[in-house]
Parts: sequence; structure tokens; C-alpha cells
Amino acid sequence: MIRTVSRAVTLDSLMPYLGAVALIIAGSFFFPQVLSVDYLTQQLQIAAFLGLLATGATIVILLGHIDLSVPWVLTGAAILSTAMVGTGNPVLSVLAVPAALAFGALIGLINGMGVAILRIPSMVWTLAVNSMLLGLAVLNTGGFNPRGESSPLMVAMASGDVLGLPLSFLIWIAVCVGLTWVLVRTPFGRYLRSIGFNEKATFLSGVSTPSVVFAAFAIAGMCSALGGVMLAGYANQAYQSMGDPFLLPTIAAVVIGGTSILGGRGGLFGTIGGALFITLLTSILSVMQIGDAWRNIIFGAIILAMLLFQTLRKGAAQ
Amino acid sequence: MLEYAKSNRREVIAAAVLIVLLATYLGTHPRGASTYVMTIWANQCLILGLAACAQFFAVVVRGIDLSVGAVMALTNTIASYLLDGSAGGIALGMIAVVGAGALCGLLNGAIIVFGRIQPIVVTLATASIFVGLALLLRPTPGGAVNYDLADAMTLDVLGIPTALIITAVVVFAFWLPFRRTGLGLGLYALGSSEQAAFQSGIDTRLVRLAAFTLAGIFAGLAGLFYSFVTTTGDAGIGPGFTLNSIAAVVLGGVLLRGGVGSLVGALAGAFILKTIASLMFFSGIPSLAQPLFEGLILAGAIAIGGADVLRARNKLEVFK
Amino acid sequence: MTNLKPPLLEMQGISMHFGATKALDKVDFVCKAGEVHAILGENGAGKSTLMKLIAGVLQPTDGMIRVDGEKVSLSSPKAALRHGLVCMFQELSLVPDLTVRENLLLGARDAGLGWLQGKGLDAAQQTLARIGGEDIAQGARVADLTLPQRQQVEIAKAIMKKPRLLILDEATSALSASVVEKVFDLIREERDNGTAVLFISHRFHEIEALADRISVFRNGRRVETFAKGAHDYGAIIDMMVGQKIEELFPPKPPSDPEAEIVLHVEGLNWEDRVKSVNLTVRRGQIIGLGGLDGQGQGAFMMGLFGLLRKTQGTTALAGAPAAITGPKAAKQSELGLAYIPEDRKTEGLILDQSIEENLELAALGRKDLDAGDPSLYAGSLEQLALKHGGLNLPVSSLSGGNQQKVVLAKWLALNPRCLLLADPTRGIDVKTKTQIYNILRKLADQGASVILLSTDYEELIQLCDETHVFFDGQIVASLSGDDLTPQNIIAAALNVSPSGGTAHA
Repeated sequence: MIRTVSRAVTLDSLMPYLGAVALIIAGSFFFPQVLSVDYLTQQLQIAAFLGLLATGATIVILLGHIDLSVPWVLTGAAILSTAMVGTGNPVLSVLAVPAALAFGALIGLINGMGVAILRIPSMVWTLAVNSMLLGLAVLNTGGFNPRGESSPLMVAMASGDVLGLPLSFLIWIAVCVGLTWVLVRTPFGRYLRSIGFNEKATFLSGVSTPSVVFAAFAIAGMCSALGGVMLAGYANQAYQSMGDPFLLPTIAAVVIGGTSILGGRGGLFGTIGGALFITLLTSILSVMQIGDAWRNIIFGAIILAMLLFQTLRKGAAQ
Repeated sequence: MLEYAKSNRREVIAAAVLIVLLATYLGTHPRGASTYVMTIWANQCLILGLAACAQFFAVVVRGIDLSVGAVMALTNTIASYLLDGSAGGIALGMIAVVGAGALCGLLNGAIIVFGRIQPIVVTLATASIFVGLALLLRPTPGGAVNYDLADAMTLDVLGIPTALIITAVVVFAFWLPFRRTGLGLGLYALGSSEQAAFQSGIDTRLVRLAAFTLAGIFAGLAGLFYSFVTTTGDAGIGPGFTLNSIAAVVLGGVLLRGGVGSLVGALAGAFILKTIASLMFFSGIPSLAQPLFEGLILAGAIAIGGADVLRARNKLEVFK
Repeated sequence: MTNLKPPLLEMQGISMHFGATKALDKVDFVCKAGEVHAILGENGAGKSTLMKLIAGVLQPTDGMIRVDGEKVSLSSPKAALRHGLVCMFQELSLVPDLTVRENLLLGARDAGLGWLQGKGLDAAQQTLARIGGEDIAQGARVADLTLPQRQQVEIAKAIMKKPRLLILDEATSALSASVVEKVFDLIREERDNGTAVLFISHRFHEIEALADRISVFRNGRRVETFAKGAHDYGAIIDMMVGQKIEELFPPKPPSDPEAEIVLHVEGLNWEDRVKSVNLTVRRGQIIGLGGLDGQGQGAFMMGLFGLLRKTQGTTALAGAPAAITGPKAAKQSELGLAYIPEDRKTEGLILDQSIEENLELAALGRKDLDAGDPSLYAGSLEQLALKHGGLNLPVSSLSGGNQQKVVLAKWLALNPRCLLLADPTRGIDVKTKTQIYNILRKLADQGASVILLSTDYEELIQLCDETHVFFDGQIVASLSGDDLTPQNIIAAALNVSPSGGTAHA
């Protein structure tokens, strides 16, 4: 257990937590209500959406790849689930969430196929998959916002709470705990990191590397789909392009959390912090009524500063 | 000639595909191969073409530039302030616009080289900053560009679209000589094997800095040309161009692992992408199905490029 | 030693520390113009670090470097080049995606970032032709060249820079004997023209043929410098390892010709690289695969491990036909194969991961083994005497020889029925070699079978019960017993009869 924890928690992965605390303290000088329980639990609830996406992205980035199909897997899952509920058929309603997850897994497998079998760089292939999904969605909905609604389950997943904590946050943490166990304790987790460092040597060690790639992308697809379902529950509807604003913050959350974009190094503990940090940053900037332009600039500058700090610290340690 | 075609297989294939697509496009276009049709086509192609050139310089040194679109947006908004008034002022303005692109690229390069952070992450963050600056300049689309200049750049000279002439200048006056310089070879060396480049006595930091600065310059040129085509400034143009520039270089035979491909390929890839989109417009495919078809064609083209590996008889070859 | 002219290169009190490791410890070293100076030492003795300091790739932690008596700072390869210090590295410094011509252009001494003049290209072409590389097209991509061809280009590139001091670090490891001879002629000529040459090689006969003086390094210190011939091989080896090595190779017991057949290959074909190869390996045998580089022996071994698609022919393991679909199938206990690939850094190990994680990687996929159990590896690690500062340290912190031990231990944990090794001792020091030889012999004694691909004919003779020599995809000779001689191996590798005059190395 100690080994598990010490592997999951590194100094890099603590950085975003410190950053988040600093943000809360700094924010409270301008707006004392930042320190209120209501505000903070609301942040946990919202962070869960980005956090789930970043959880899937972490798995793929540990593998040494990247998944740019997040926006339309998310949107597709939201459209699919709300449309099924919208039919009014109780059976379809119940099946909405599982169907959305299955959709995410399926797209993940398609991503995995391009990457593992056709050996296309993931950055390009997942981009192409993303644009195909966009095309499908446009064809399917006629370019308008899709009709449909969220089921009570979806609404509860997004907005419910248990013992004062948002259910969305608990779901997110549960997913992270489960996947961390998989990463640290199962051969799959070991293979994932090994492939992230050196795929050839891993293959030569007798590992079926394609199946690991397939599984990783499928997990990521399901995480994105779960995020989409919950976002649809939150907004009580699905809408075109609802996923687009999430792509870059997702990647940012992963790297701020100390996971190397080159693969192999990092973990979910840092990603949780990264998602919390980015959610807080966005929220505090908007609470302070800072305009769109400055929000973009400050957002970019702070991410850069955190990354620079990470490398400086490593440089000093060497 | 055969030797040339063999060693530049990727570019040759891309060029052949482009010619077929263009012929189909001109054949199906209701107005046929008129200068007007060609001009509009070439303008659209060149915007993405210059963006793809920017992406090429980042990719050839084994990097990626996610700020291409953002630099375009920033330079476009700058252009919407500076490209009007006296001839001298406009000339200085154009230099300032491209210079701004170069500065953005230099900033990317400096953080990548001295901060030792992966390009994908750096440019992700700087893109946000550049878009923010563009939004400061133009919170809403507006501004103007001198019409005479815009016309001169986007119409035709003796029936040949100006955009094609600019393309030719980029290839013949810039790229081919550049390829024979130490910097030109150094880019490939760095992308192909950083260690080999270093041991060959190449200043790898300087070359990487130069690569990202060149990327910034070409993104600035793309933003400038975009301004000529639209004659306004808009801070929101970025996202589509970044992703399409990556797709374009890949279609043009530039390998994301660095060291392989050429500027000509990047241009061809961009022209292919835009021609497909234009073809779609006149093809009679229901407009709602067009995005799907575009996506399918993009995926199909990339998958065919990847199908090579299925023929590999040695399973280790695919890991290169 | 009363030379008025200061030596070309003089290093004083040079230390190089990587963290806690002292790669070099207060080394004094002098190299004079017009002599070939061989550097000997085990892996990890500090030879390569010393070369990297001279070439400007690394900067010393402490100490002073003088060139012509002037104190200099070699801050980059470029700075070293300005003083005429040129290194040809083990890890080739050619850019794979550029053509031969472009690589030579880049390597020219006056190449900057501006327009490239192309001066010296003709001379480089001539140099290339002199060392047997006349067939190498200037327009060919380096990635498409064979390893020997790349080494030839590398040599031409180094000579093109008109070095005052030329460092050859295992520069001829892949070249055939006749080409090596041409390269040596060239180097002697450079030397006679006043160039200093630093020469690193693990092959004693090469040092015998080329060196004027020899320096031996051990544990980051220079042990002794002496003129060639001052000590015999035995004494030199003792100096290198710091202790007496009784025998390089373990005694070879007579092999049992009736032992059970473990692996039987019939008519293996692949593309036109492997042609109708038959092979029988019995329990307890060590079988050698020899031949010049790239004659199909490497591909044949990959085929056995399931790395090749569309092979023809049949393979039987322990009497039962085996379908070896890939490494995952091959490592299961039903087949019981293990493969030590040629390039330990990119194929055998994951350098960024810990020793422990590397050890466990092969065993992880075996249901019948608990990969987390340290006792799986303890035996072989002890026998191989792995030197490490903790199993949780990255495997990249180990020296080359110790890294190879990790690769071996990782596969031995699976208790393989048949072990395939692709040139496991290339570029590895003498002491590690003997440890590897001993463990291979011991495995064979315990009933495993070993197939050993090697470029070192001493190994094929001293260690192997039978050696098959490949030429152009075929086995042209199967040698055992008294036929297993250097002459026969070399003759077969060149595909001439041993009595023919050309078969002299």
C-alpha cells in the first residue's frame, strides 16, 4: 500500500494542489465568498467534468499518445444519451448511460486500431476520427441542437450530492481510484508505462502491445463519454460543439499534474490536482469579471509558469 | 528523374493526387476553369498552405506548433490596424505584421529551448496568450485593409492567380535555395537525430530556435494573406487552422516524427485539403453530409498512408 | 621524453562526475602527434567518457585540457572541431534521413548555418572509395545503408574534417576484415602525416595491428601507458580487470549427440534473406551462428522468435510442431523461447525504468510465474555479479555490460528451454564477457539449449558445440569438433574454400 501511494504521489503531482490552494487564498482577498463551502463544493462539482476527460487523457498520454477526439466523443455521447431519453421509451431511457459508455469504448477501439494496427500517429488519427464524428453529428442532427433530454439518473450524476459532496466529484474520484489501482497493480498498468517509454522493447519482452493500446484508448473513450453524459445531465441537454472548449484544458490539466507528454511518467493523482487547478483558475478569473482577452492571456501565462517551475526545479535537483 | 521521384516519393504522390483533384474540381465546377474560379480556389489554398508551411518548420524538427492558428489570429488583427493609409505606412505595416509572427515564433522557440518543455505543451499555452492579445486588439471582428493592395494580392496577374505566383515564389525563391544552406540541412538533422546533429557540430539550440521562428514567420504570412482575402481583423479564426495545418503536413508526406518531408509537400497537402473541401461544395452531396465526407476522406487518405505498415514483413520495422 | 614541442593534447587532473558516480577520477593523459594511441579498459572504465570530453560532447567536472600547450575549453563538438579534435563515435553521428552527400556537407569543417560550399566533397568521395565504399551512392539515404556502409561514411566524414587528432571509438566494429585492413592503411597514412589517433577497440588483433602506444584504464583511472609489445595479452587483461582472469572461456564438455532434440527447423525461407535453412538443436547444446554482418543469420533468429511475417518452413519444439506467432507466444512455457536482441539500449531494455521493472517485464505475461517475486532473478543476478546501487534505480545508470546482464537475467527468470542471443557481447568488456560465457555454459549443463549469434569467431569456436556459418541467406558450413577453426569459419563466411588464397583475414 505504501509502495502504491509513493508511486502515485510525486512532488510534481503535488504542484497543482499547492497552486489551487494559492489560487483560493489569493482569490479570497478579492472575493471572500471564494472561501465559502458553497463555492468550493460547486468547484468540485464542475471540476469533475474536466477531470473525467483528463483522467482518460492521462491514460493515453502515459501510453505515449494523445487523444484529440475528446470533444466529439463527449458531444456524441451527450447527443446519443439525451436522444435515447428523449424518445420517452423507458427501456431506452435506462440504457442511455450504458449506451453512451459503449459508444465511447467503440470510438476508443477505432482510435486504437489506427494507432496500433495502421501505426498512424495518434495526433493525426484521433483528429481524423474527431472530424468524422463531427460529420456524423451534423448529418444526424441537421446542424441544429439535438432534441432530447437528460434522464433523472444523468441529472443526479451531474448535480446530485451525497453527504454534502457533489456526486459528480465522487464519481470522478471513484474512477480515478479504480484506474490508479489498475495502473499500479496490474500488468496492464506496467505495460502502459513501458510502452510509453519504449514500445519496441516492450513488444520484444513478449507483451501484446496492440491490445494494450486498444484498451487504453477504449478507457479514454469511456471517460470522455462519461464526461459527456454528465455534462448533458448538468445542462439538461446536449448541444453542438459542447466539447470543443474542453480539449486544450484537458491536455493542460494532465501536464500540469506532472504527467510527461512523452509518455511513461506520471499518474492520475497529479491529474486530479491539474483539473482542480484549471477549474479554479477559470472560475476565479470569471468571478473577478476579467474580460475574455485577459482571461486567455493569464490562463496561458500561468500554465507556462507552472511548467517552467517544474523544469527549473528538476534542473536545480540535478 | 526516376531517382528523384523515388527519393521524393511522398511529395510526388501528393502532387499527383492534387492534380487529379484539381482537374475534377475544375471539371465539375459550373463555371469551369475560369480565372475567377482559379483565383478563389488558389486564395483559399494559399492561406492554409502558408499555415502548413509554419507547421512544417515545427514538425521537421520533431516538434509541433499548436499556436499556428493563434499567431494567424493575432497577426490578422494587427494587420486590420496597420494595412491602411499611405503606401509607406502599409509597407511598414506588412513588415510589422510578419515581424509580430516572427516574435511569437521566437517566444515559442525560446521557451522550448531554454525552458526545456515539450513544444506541444508550450505552444498550447502560448496559443492562449496570443489569442488573448488578438482579442484585446479586436474584441469583435472589424478594421479594414487597403482594398487596392488586397485586390492586387488576391486577384490575378495576366490570368494567373496571384496566390499561385506567391506559392511559386515561396518554393523557388525561398525553399529550394534554403534547402542548400546549413540551416536547411540542420533542421532535418535535428529532427532526424538530435544526437547525430549535435555530434556533427550543429548548434542544436540555435537551429531549434530558428525553426520555431520560421514557423512564426510563416504563420504571420498566413495571417497577413488571410487579411488580404477577408480585409478585416477577426480574433476567432485560429482553431480550425491549427488542426488543419497538422492534417495538411501529414497529407503532404511530412512525418510527425521529424526529419522527413518538405515545404513543397506541406503546401501540396494544404492544397489537397482545400480542394477536397471545394469539390464537396459543388459535388451535389447534401450539405449536411459534407462534413462527414470530408472527415471520411481525411481519415481514408491518412489510413492509406498508414497501410504501408501492413506490408512490413519484419514486425520490428513498424516501431521505427 | 625531452620533447621541446608541447604535446598535441594534454589532460591534467581530469575528473568527471555523474551524480555520485565518478566516471573519471583525476586522470592525466597525453596524446602526441603522429602516433596511434590505443585505449583499453572494461566497459565503465571511463574510456568513452574521456573521448566525449575530448570531442566536446561533455565538459569535465574538474581538470584542465591543453592543446599545443594552450589551455582550452571544449564546450561543444564545434569548439573541439576548431582545435582539430574529431571523434567518430560508437553511436553513429550520421543523420539517418539525410543523404550521404548531405551528411558530408554538414560535417565539413567550415559548415555553418549559411550557404554550404561543398568543399572537400570530392576528397571525401575518394576516401570512401579507398576504404571499399565506392558503391555507396552520394544520393542514398543513410537510413537505407547497411551498418558497415554507415561506418565507412562515418570514417570518410571524419577524415574530411582534416583532423589533427582523430578518435576512433569502436569505429570498425561492423566492418569485414578486408575493409578493416583498408581503413587501417588509411589511418596509418594519416598518422604518418602527423595526425594523432586515439583508438578504442575490444579486439586485440586490431590493437596489435594498429597501435603504437597503449593506455589501460580501469575504474575511471589510467592504470598505465606503455609502448606496444611491452606487455603480453595476459598482462594487459590483468591490468584491465585488476585481477587475474584464469580463462576467458569455460571448459567445453563433450556434447551428447544423442540428446533429445529441442528445436528443429526445416526449410525456413523468408523474403530472399533466409533461404532453406535447416537447424537441429539438442538439449544442452550451444549452437553458434556465424557469418559476415547481414547474411541472414540475424533474420533467421528473429524468425525463430516470431518476429517475421510470412516465413515458410516448419519449426518443431521438443518434437511438437510449433506456431510461433510472436514474442508473447514464444515466451510461454509451452514454447519456452527467450530472445536477447542485438541492441540492448533500444530493444532489450527500457532505459528510463528501474532495474527491477526491467527485470519483471518478461515474466509479467507468464501466468505460471509471479513476476514480483525477487527470487526469480536473484540467482542469475548473483551469478552474473550485477553491480548496481539499488534495484530501484533506472537501468540507464548502469554501464553497458551491467545493462546486458539485466537483459539476460530478465529472460533467465522465465527458465527458457531455448535461449536465442543476438551478438550479446558486442562492445562489452572482457570481464562481463567471461561472466556471460560462464552462465551460458552453466545453462547448457542444466539442460537448456542456446543459440548464439556472434561476430566474434573466438566465441563461435570456444563456446559453441556446433557453428553454422551463413552466407547470402544460406548455411554454407556447419562446423563442429576439429573442423571448428578460425580458418574454416572465415573461409565459410566469405564463401570460399579454406585452401583458397583469399580466405585470409
